[in-house]
Amino acid sequence: MTASSPMPRRAFLGALGAGATMLGIGACSSSGDDSGNSGGDPNAAQTIEWWHIQNTPPMLPVWQELADQYTAQHSNVKINITPIENEAFKARLTTVTQSGDAPDIFQTWGGGVLKQQVEAGLAKELTGDLASIKDSLVSTGVQPYEWDGKVYGVPYDIGMVGFWYNKKHFATAGISAPPATWTEFLDAVRKLKGAGITPISLAGGAKWPGHYYWTYLSMRLLGPDGLKKAAADKKFDSPEFIQAGRHLKELVDLQPFQNGFLGAPFDTPDGEAAVMGNGQAAMELQGQWAPAVQKEQSGKDLGADLDWFSFPAVDGGKGKVTDTMGGGGGFAVGKDAPPAAIDFLKFLVTADNQRKAVATGSVLPITKGAEDAIQDARQKKVADAVSKSTGFQLYLDQDYPPSVGQTVNDSVAQLIAGAMSPEDVAKAVTEAAQNA
Amino acid sequence: MTRSAVDEAKPARAREVPEPPADSTGRRRFRTDLVTIVLFLLPALVLFGLLVLAPILLASYTSLFKWNGLGGPPEDFIGLDNFTRLFSDKVFLGDLQHAAILIALTVVFQLPFALAIALLLCQRIRGRMAFRLLFFAPYVLSEVIAGVLFAMVFSPNRGLANHLFGLVGLEDLATNWLADPAVVLYSLFFVITWKYFGFHMILYVAARQAIPDEIIEAATIDGASPWETFRYVTLPLLGPTIRISIFLAVIGTIQLFDLVWVLTRGGPIHASETMAVTMFDFGFVRSQVGYGSAISVVMFMISFVFALFYQRFVMRRDIEGAVTGMRDRR
Repeated sequence: MTASSPMPRRAFLGALGAGATMLGIGACSSSGDDSGNSGGDPNAAQTIEWWHIQNTPPMLPVWQELADQYTAQHSNVKINITPIENEAFKARLTTVTQSGDAPDIFQTWGGGVLKQQVEAGLAKELTGDLASIKDSLVSTGVQPYEWDGKVYGVPYDIGMVGFWYNKKHFATAGISAPPATWTEFLDAVRKLKGAGITPISLAGGAKWPGHYYWTYLSMRLLGPDGLKKAAADKKFDSPEFIQAGRHLKELVDLQPFQNGFLGAPFDTPDGEAAVMGNGQAAMELQGQWAPAVQKEQSGKDLGADLDWFSFPAVDGGKGKVTDTMGGGGGFAVGKDAPPAAIDFLKFLVTADNQRKAVATGSVLPITKGAEDAIQDARQKKVADAVSKSTGFQLYLDQDYPPSVGQTVNDSVAQLIAGAMSPEDVAKAVTEAAQNA
Repeated sequence: MTRSAVDEAKPARAREVPEPPADSTGRRRFRTDLVTIVLFLLPALVLFGLLVLAPILLASYTSLFKWNGLGGPPEDFIGLDNFTRLFSDKVFLGDLQHAAILIALTVVFQLPFALAIALLLCQRIRGRMAFRLLFFAPYVLSEVIAGVLFAMVFSPNRGLANHLFGLVGLEDLATNWLADPAVVLYSLFFVITWKYFGFHMILYVAARQAIPDEIIEAATIDGASPWETFRYVTLPLLGPTIRISIFLAVIGTIQLFDLVWVLTRGGPIHASETMAVTMFDFGFVRSQVGYGSAISVVMFMISFVFALFYQRFVMRRDIEGAVTGMRDRR
């Protein structure tokens, strides 16, 4: 603290420093966002910001090819594609939407999350725009994006959750046909255990795969309409839900899961899919993407040993074996999207373009007529079951608002770990629903 | 010899302090100084305000609302409901417990271990530089890399840890390191220690090297045993460093996120969850931004109060010079 060379110079330097800092901050915050041209003229020059989550082949090049085709036909349109990995996408979209912004076209799974985005005015209603193509789409496929008679998204993929099983292991355990009822299913699990085979692979650490069991059991007991009514009434504590929990507990008590399942992730080299792919377990309850992930994470192909059956019926339940729970992927349109964005989405789901996506084997068709592009017999089974659904339910952790959906996942995970009773789960989900 | 060196140091320091200046010029100089200080602090203050103060205030504000973070500013004011809910939330109370356990384990095991290694590596032993480098290396890795690495090591079926136990005939010790709710927190502590003991070790090595050999020599000549030398000479002189290292470890543990997120996501069934993980879960996954903000506010308060009390009561001697010296100069 020895003082003072001439004051003005110091003041000057200080001001300079402050100025430079402000400039830096200004530069940071002014980046991004020049795509918000929402003018009505479809022929005006426009740029579409497109965020999708198919950040790896085989789908990555398909989207690119289709975008290139579209821009070649429409010289006034530019498409900026941002492929993002699934989890990173969710975090990034959350940040962007919290600032009141949204990309022009972005990945959505429909249901509660999309509802929140619509309520916040971030996603456009598409009912009128899609009226012309709606009949060309599989009706269960549109359901996740439709409520109160209005449509808010365009699907590109629809599938369902069912048991993927290893036929070789079933044969070793002396199980001749896939179980059709829950009692038969539990028997099959006992037989597999008896034969020294791990019956089920489960990603307990990821939580969401566990919730499929509880949802399916609830839906088999209540029927799809009963389940929808419970969600509308915000009452998940009826005897059926508790019974569903008890059935799940029966399964858990048989200790059917692989070693260390409580911490197991889904898609890592020692996660649920890899255990299944390596032939170390006989079944997994998963969606249409399961075979692809098995191959990717285990580096092996179960080939003809892999097959598929629907979630079994539950004795005395109101639901049918043909009621399905599933979902797929779709795109929502941001509030400031240019008119070409919607036109481009329609282009994506023409039967021809759907065939290109379906031919990769990682998407199941949403457009009628594109089924012929399915190459795999098992995927055909899944697609058939979807198109013949007697009732459809989107995965609960997508259908419900995030706070409720995550409570379902979390409570069911605790039930499977033995930390919660069936009654506790019913109570926790009801409370979350009433607070949402 | 050492003694006289210490004695001489004191008056030398006292001499540096200037005489208090005469009254009127003093005041003018004080004002000039103030302007200078403000101008030079301004850039840092602006950044600090924008990146630290503003978010804290904003989070405190949104923590009073039920808000999903979408569609404009929050509207549903609920007062302190988020906080009352927080303190009856089993998951959050679990977070507090985990933090307490991790802090206790760190102070009781990790830091003494780092100190022991540091003192060992200050001895004249062959290859001590190589060892220092080796032990410090994990600290340079990002937490994410460490997390991915140990997720593989602790993998239940293919992991290195269980494999090694098998090789040396200790199969019985093999367990589900990350999948057993009763074990996972200790596995996490192991990884934290692996990652951070090298950092504390380097701090201690530096502090130990700053202790003049003459003092140790003098103690030895006076007939102190190695233990007594450590207990009455080395340890007290390492005091400031140990205190700051405890401080850093505690604050780091309270804010622990990356490693847990990658390694276990807080699971299984929340057994390794930390406050930051719960906060992220509510803020970004469950879109309950109001509740998530409440968690962040509590996290901040805990760190803040701890920091104040720690500096006031534990580190007072270490920072006294800086504060009181300033006052002397006025």
